[in-house]
Amino acid sequence: MKLDSKIPAGPLKDKWTNHKNHLKLVAPNNRPKIDIIVVGTGLAGASAAASLGEMGYNVKAFCFQDSPRRAHSIAAQGGINAAKNYQNDGDSVYRLFYDTIKGGDYRAREANVHRLAEVSGNIIDQCVAQGVPFAREYGGMLDNRSFGGTQVQRTFYAAGQTGQQLLLGAYSALSRQIGLGRVQMYNRHEMLELVKVDGKARGIIARNLITGEIERHSAHAVVIASGGYGNVYFLSTNAMGSNVTAGWKIHKQGALFANPCYVQIHPTCIPVHGTNQSKLTLMSESLRNSGRIWVPKKKEDAEAIRAGKLKPTQIAEEDRDYYLERRYPAFGNLVPRDVASRAAKERCDAGYGIEANDTNEGVYLDFSTEIQTKGRQTAYAKGNHNPTAEEITALGKQWLEEKYGNLFTMYQKITDENPYETPMKIYPAVHYTMGGVWVDYNLQSTIPGCFVAGEANFSDHGANRLGASALMQGLADGYFVLPYTISNYLADEIRTGKISTESPEFVEAESRVKDSISKFLNNNGTKSVDYFHKKLGNIMWNKVGMGRNEKGLTEAVAEIAQLKEDFYKDVYVPGSADELNPELEKALRVADFIELGQLMAMDALQRKESCGGHFREEYQDAEGETLRDDENFKFVGAWEYKGDDISKEELHKEELKYEEIKIAARNYK
Amino acid sequence: MSAAKNININLKIWRQKNANSKGSMETYKLDNVSTASSFLEMLDQLNEQLINEKKEPVAFDHDCREGICGMCSLYINGRAHGPDTGITTCQLHMRMFKDGDTIYIEPWRSKAFPVIKDLVVDRSAFDRIQQAGGFVSVNTSGNTIDANSIPVPKVDADKAFEAAACIGCGACVATCKNGSAMLFVGAKVSQYALLPQGKVEATQRVLNMVRQMDEEGFGNCTNTGACEIECPKGISLENIARMNREYLKASLK
Repeated sequence: MKLDSKIPAGPLKDKWTNHKNHLKLVAPNNRPKIDIIVVGTGLAGASAAASLGEMGYNVKAFCFQDSPRRAHSIAAQGGINAAKNYQNDGDSVYRLFYDTIKGGDYRAREANVHRLAEVSGNIIDQCVAQGVPFAREYGGMLDNRSFGGTQVQRTFYAAGQTGQQLLLGAYSALSRQIGLGRVQMYNRHEMLELVKVDGKARGIIARNLITGEIERHSAHAVVIASGGYGNVYFLSTNAMGSNVTAGWKIHKQGALFANPCYVQIHPTCIPVHGTNQSKLTLMSESLRNSGRIWVPKKKEDAEAIRAGKLKPTQIAEEDRDYYLERRYPAFGNLVPRDVASRAAKERCDAGYGIEANDTNEGVYLDFSTEIQTKGRQTAYAKGNHNPTAEEITALGKQWLEEKYGNLFTMYQKITDENPYETPMKIYPAVHYTMGGVWVDYNLQSTIPGCFVAGEANFSDHGANRLGASALMQGLADGYFVLPYTISNYLADEIRTGKISTESPEFVEAESRVKDSISKFLNNNGTKSVDYFHKKLGNIMWNKVGMGRNEKGLTEAVAEIAQLKEDFYKDVYVPGSADELNPELEKALRVADFIELGQLMAMDALQRKESCGGHFREEYQDAEGETLRDDENFKFVGAWEYKGDDISKEELHKEELKYEEIKIAARNYK
Repeated sequence: MSAAKNININLKIWRQKNANSKGSMETYKLDNVSTASSFLEMLDQLNEQLINEKKEPVAFDHDCREGICGMCSLYINGRAHGPDTGITTCQLHMRMFKDGDTIYIEPWRSKAFPVIKDLVVDRSAFDRIQQAGGFVSVNTSGNTIDANSIPVPKVDADKAFEAAACIGCGACVATCKNGSAMLFVGAKVSQYALLPQGKVEATQRVLNMVRQMDEEGFGNCTNTGACEIECPKGISLENIARMNREYLKASLK
């Protein structure tokens, strides 16, 4: 298989415009003759379904939740980037493009990233027009803040609920199309198979999660926008239902899966509380604007804290190690997520962790400096130039509450500690997956007619995703890229006519799905699905986690292959096929997670370099920073399915060419 | 963090095979529940125990488990989202309970939210209300005016945001003696009523959304305010008042 990225010719800044000018169109009167399926209704899927419905196509949208408003995009907290330069700090399309390429450790495709930066401004215009209540300044203009990996304020936000507001915006646009009858919405449905006819994507097999009915749906094109696969680790910040099934099924049907080893470990999550933990909660990266990260300088202080003999507030300023500010003075607490995560791991591995559990994994995120600074500023702004210490503290806390109140409340509800009084405890956790289904510049996978958008594809973030970029990519793909590129494909489909669901291809696909369901229900094993999922998560976190090495990865490949065998032999799935059966849903998803997990380990093993979220312990410099190997690994690693045995998958390489940007070592010092 | 300990609890849980069958309260005993666990993690633990005993686990809705998706529900000891305030069930922690406690768990009970199975209910009525008018009719082309050319006073933006923060969980309906959806609909109507973008269609929006709300079988509002008390996001009753004003204005036109 030859990978063709279909990057348009010409200067980088004109590629997208020229490309759009030459893409084929479907005339408005022909669009009702064409059916499109959209799987997943988060930011990418909802915006795509709404836009395609608006254009006049017949759209069927599917989500496993009870409503598209629940998609996990809703949980994104911090913000969305856009090169508007409203703050006059020198931002531009080029700078957003540059920061994203650098942030991704030079493992993203230039043309895609530039397009993303180009349309970023339109996203904000679109969302504001839809009534998304972004934060405002007193003059009525939009407010901005900064995020990790950048030196400008380009992040638009709505308190700590930006993802929620953007998703509800896309959901409202989608709801409007549903109301108008242009989009048919299938809630509580899960796509379990892709149907190909003559090599093209022509439909899906879905399961109605309430009745268990297996349904056939045909279309002229299929869009997969089903999110990321972080739940392969069991514990992650992803919603419990987030899964890789749609992406993995199309992989098995011939779509290549790219860079699966690129997983973002987010530095600011609440540490694990114990063995019954089901998922992890993120504290927005925006907190790093105000919080300072530290651990004790002395090991005995760390030990005393863990033993409950010392409180963090009792550690003197000079005995605190603000390790990010120490190591990266230029970016300080705002270094990118991969850098901040590894630095936390380094301190905890060295024995300075502060969490009182068996791992000791935890560092402080401390707001006391900010309370003093902002309290004094506020007092002065009110004309009080001699504020008392109490006044300063009170005003500072009030300032924090306005900015991050909901996050502080959430932290307190979960941990039972008051972050206004004592520093938050945080530790890195699996958050976002940069890898995904390989797509070309048109977001089409290697299966004609099968498009992949948002986190489910691999295209824009390289080896690391900068903060506030996921929302941007989801909406860019759905609102502003797919409507053009999918029309180009569909221009040749106006004479195809309705696609029958009675063809042998549909019959076969349906029976494959029914077989796998009945296999699980009749397995008569002894262990729950979660038992195997947790085992998988354990292997992944320990051996394919924040730091990887050849030995661990080799072991992981073998252990996961064994786990797969055990899973099919011994899993017990209660209930029946014709009812709401959450255990069956989980079993079908975990089956895919296991296979993907093995591929992730294989991908990490072949990539003998460190870059972004992929840190191979063998490849680091004297100061513990990542050591890339541009000569040998400046490529997208895309895997081709070769049957049941995952170890047989074949690696294809898409060389990355940098025309506009001079590749350099990433330096945040 | 207050030191976690293990407690033993008794559970009375509503079990119902599907929408058409009759349900009943069943009793379960669960030992060694860590007080650091969330309420849903406690249910995970119960389900693990049931699966090991080859019994059918309890179906309940949940997804993000960080209080924002609105998927989790549950009536716990007679209160929507349980005994704590300002939170969803996924944020409720077992430290709120004592060793030996008996905990009653039921689904949202409202005519407009039929039970699907056990503790899972159908809240798609909310979606249909939104589809009737909960949006600004703007083409998704991106060719709109520059965002800063629609200035919004900070106070209005903040108020609109507070209304828009509704997660659509349905606690307001579940806790209302009339099964009214006024807080949910009021929040949505308010968000757009407060912003310049929503003004053009304000009349049609409120009429359509209220009509759909009535068609879905939600009850009326009698201003008892239980919805506001149980709302995990602190959506204010003010939004109901604003919707009533908008509705009156629209009706008089």
